[in-house]
Amino acid sequence: MILGLPVLSVAIWLPIIFGILVLATGGDRNAPLARSIALAGAILGFLVTLPLYTGFDKMASAMQFVELRDWVVRYHIHYHLGVDGISMLFVLLNSFFTPLVVIAGWKVIEKRVAQYMAAFLIMSGLVNGVFASLDAVLFYVFWEAMLIPMFIIIGVWGGPNRVYAAVKFFLYTLLGSLLMLVALLYLYNQSGGSFEILDYHQMAIPMTAQILVFIAFFTAFSVKVPMFPVHTWLPDAHVEAPTGGSVILAAIMLKVGAYGFLRFSMPIAPDASHKLAGVMIALSLIAVVYIGLVALTQTDMKKLIAYSSVSHMGFVTLGFFIFNAYGVEGALLQMISHGFVSGALFLCIGVLYDRVHSRNIADYGGVANTMPVFAAFFMLFAMANSGLPGTSGFVGEFMVIMGAVKANFWYAFLAASTLVFGAAYTLWMYKRVIFGAVANHHVAELKDITAREKLVFAILALTVLGMGLYPLPFSEILHTSVNDLLVHVARSKL
Amino acid sequence: MNFLATLYPAYAEIFLLVMVCTILIVDLFVADPNKTVTYLMVQLTLLGCSLITVGTHQHVVAHLFHNMFVDDLMSDVLKLLSYLAISMMLVYSRSYLLVRGLFTGEFMVLALFALLGMMVMISASHFLTLYLGLELLSLSLYAMVALQRDSALATEAAMKYFILGALASGLLLYGMSMLYGATGTLEVNAVSDAITRGVPNTQLLVFGLVFIVSGLAFKLGAVPFHMWVPDVYHGAPTAMTMLIGTAPKLAAFAFVMRLLVESMQPLMVHWSGMLLILAVLSMAVGNISAIAQTNLKRMLAYSTIAHMGFLLLGVLSGGVEGYGSAMFYAVVYVLMSLGGFGMIMLLSREGFEADTLNDFKGLNQRSPWLAFIMLLLMFSMAGVPPTVGFYAKFAVLQSVVMTGHIPLAVAAVLFSLIGAFYYLRIVKLMYFDAPESHVPISIQPDSGLLISANGLAVLALGIMPGTLMSVCAVSVRQSLLLVH
Repeated sequence: MILGLPVLSVAIWLPIIFGILVLATGGDRNAPLARSIALAGAILGFLVTLPLYTGFDKMASAMQFVELRDWVVRYHIHYHLGVDGISMLFVLLNSFFTPLVVIAGWKVIEKRVAQYMAAFLIMSGLVNGVFASLDAVLFYVFWEAMLIPMFIIIGVWGGPNRVYAAVKFFLYTLLGSLLMLVALLYLYNQSGGSFEILDYHQMAIPMTAQILVFIAFFTAFSVKVPMFPVHTWLPDAHVEAPTGGSVILAAIMLKVGAYGFLRFSMPIAPDASHKLAGVMIALSLIAVVYIGLVALTQTDMKKLIAYSSVSHMGFVTLGFFIFNAYGVEGALLQMISHGFVSGALFLCIGVLYDRVHSRNIADYGGVANTMPVFAAFFMLFAMANSGLPGTSGFVGEFMVIMGAVKANFWYAFLAASTLVFGAAYTLWMYKRVIFGAVANHHVAELKDITAREKLVFAILALTVLGMGLYPLPFSEILHTSVNDLLVHVARSKL
Repeated sequence: MNFLATLYPAYAEIFLLVMVCTILIVDLFVADPNKTVTYLMVQLTLLGCSLITVGTHQHVVAHLFHNMFVDDLMSDVLKLLSYLAISMMLVYSRSYLLVRGLFTGEFMVLALFALLGMMVMISASHFLTLYLGLELLSLSLYAMVALQRDSALATEAAMKYFILGALASGLLLYGMSMLYGATGTLEVNAVSDAITRGVPNTQLLVFGLVFIVSGLAFKLGAVPFHMWVPDVYHGAPTAMTMLIGTAPKLAAFAFVMRLLVESMQPLMVHWSGMLLILAVLSMAVGNISAIAQTNLKRMLAYSTIAHMGFLLLGVLSGGVEGYGSAMFYAVVYVLMSLGGFGMIMLLSREGFEADTLNDFKGLNQRSPWLAFIMLLLMFSMAGVPPTVGFYAKFAVLQSVVMTGHIPLAVAAVLFSLIGAFYYLRIVKLMYFDAPESHVPISIQPDSGLLISANGLAVLALGIMPGTLMSVCAVSVRQSLLLVH
């Protein structure tokens, strides 16, 4: 409780209320006002989530900060919120990124400013809702509702092919979600009328049903992660989205899918998860290796980072489905780190794009000569993306690889190839963009980053380094919940 | 007991009939071309009807006129919603029809007659009453579609509507006559009893059922009896389209309940199979054809077909769960389509119909608020939370899954995915595209307020759907108690 208010509800509704306030400022005449309100809302939104960290009991297995109210009595739907070690960090991560995105869009977004800022604030609240929901219908409502602002963000402020990307993004995710809805209804009827996610965890389900339920959840979550072969919406959406949209997509949206595996698929259908683990691992490894190679051939910077995201998320799903503590914890750390790193990289590309209006690697070269400070930050994030020890990227990858060695040497071998490919595609892109002689007059006219941009990058750089050098504050939150989850998943529910 | 007191449950119908006749006469003396007096009288009549319906509500089911008329909770709820729908229709269409010279006394009187027909249908507990109500409704609608007599499109639509509607009525009557032959009665409850006791000629019974279901499917616009829907929706002036597409669906739901559930529940094995085919075909054809439309009214027509398919899914699942969800779906559907057609009329002006998809281009730049309302309506039709359309689909799917038809539920969600595409397209046009026209949008304060309330209601009911869902479930439960 802060000031007598429940923390999670405030974390969800405060950004949404500020979003509505921002919308109320109306047209672009009031753009400065809209920006200030949005920033205030975003920063407040982050501050109110801090008690989640400080008040969190690391040893407790149960859900914390629980709120429970009746919602739709007829179907036993509750407004039931709560977080454990797995979900808490993502609420923080999400709220942390909202102010950064608002600042990143401060000058760049000139048309329909209020709507842009409001969309991000509202989405931030909805995503917090996804991570905090313990009722399946509540989860579904937040899960679907967040599509609406993202659809608008891509479609209105995106690049030339934005309409195609927005519609593809929406329909892909909707397909998965609708199948998940059927699975949830099935579980509701089987459980004798409960939409409590935690009840589903305890429920015995026969094997065939478990497999079908697993597949339904798989379609929903794998699209969001995204896993090979349903990843194709991601490069389109990323490339066409405005910078802020790409950041939120990469840093937050993808995590929602992976989170779903931990909250739904594995604990609800543990036997099916074990049975289908081979498939999941295979798809993950394909994502790591094949998509890593695909990233190598990209000529568009945003696309390259998008494919790199798919490859990194392959690591995450791999970590989940080897069912050991190293793997799952490493995957979760990788998710958080990837949030920071990919967010930062998209912001870097955004900085270049705002100045030159091109995302093509070939249009750059020698940027270090004109933007030295920027080049230094970019360097750090590129290194983190390739998993350099000392940066946050290393911790998760290392743990997942350790976990994978325990499971099967060849999994680890293939997974570790990402250290090579990741370094190759990231650093090669970095070299072509930043080093060498000044390529053209656009690059020659570049101005280095402003104080506003420096602030954003400095915050991210500190986080990336901090998490890389001292990951304990992150990992200690995870321990209890991950161990509970693994114990639970190891028990058969047949 | 004096005679008038025995008529207590039918006071609303009687009051409406008296008022319609009064308005018909008063209107002759209204010189004002804006027909303000008539309009206000109509709205007051609707208000009066609501008060009477609420005031005469009883906790028990009352039968009247030798079991030809029934007053139960379901009928009261559906009637109240019908008044609301008609009243909203009149508010939306007033300025639209005024500039087209169609806002006449006849229009309003016909609308009220249509309402009376719906009320009779909703409260019918005898096949003849049902039929009378249906015909009163249909005849008023035929005339209303044809009201714009110098428009070739409207005349064609009226002709099609009339011929196909008459055919459907014929089918229905034929089915009823066979039912009469098999059971010897036309009373809803008596038919149910007779079937339960067993009839000598089941074949005749099922044969009659086939005709009745076909007639119903015609009226609902379910595939393969849907051909009239797009043409009539498109051809009729938008105000009439709104009338056809909204309140009568509530009456049609009552029609399905009285005919199939209350009188032929024992034959459910037979009719649920027929409804299954109708439902799946409607969702498939409705959703897929809607993609190809460039005219918004036609698109909404196909979307109606798809929605009716979804509603039938609830009916065929049966039980309080199924019928309750179907009723909820019908109510939600009416609310959404009132908004959808209302938006078309708001954006239209003298000599210009905003009924093609392109007319919605860049609406966000011309009027962000209207675009936002339309966005809510479209996402609600697509069934995306937090709008109420989600809960409508949710309730129906829950009843389908509960009866174990999981493949059917999967099919239904796949078709809604297809449906989402064309609703998204409207949002895309409004938000992503540049406007084609920069004519300022001028809105009357009353209809502007109403469309805002309508859109926000879609959102508010989506956040708090509990009460309405319970009301639907309770009303249906009372009707089902009559059967068993």
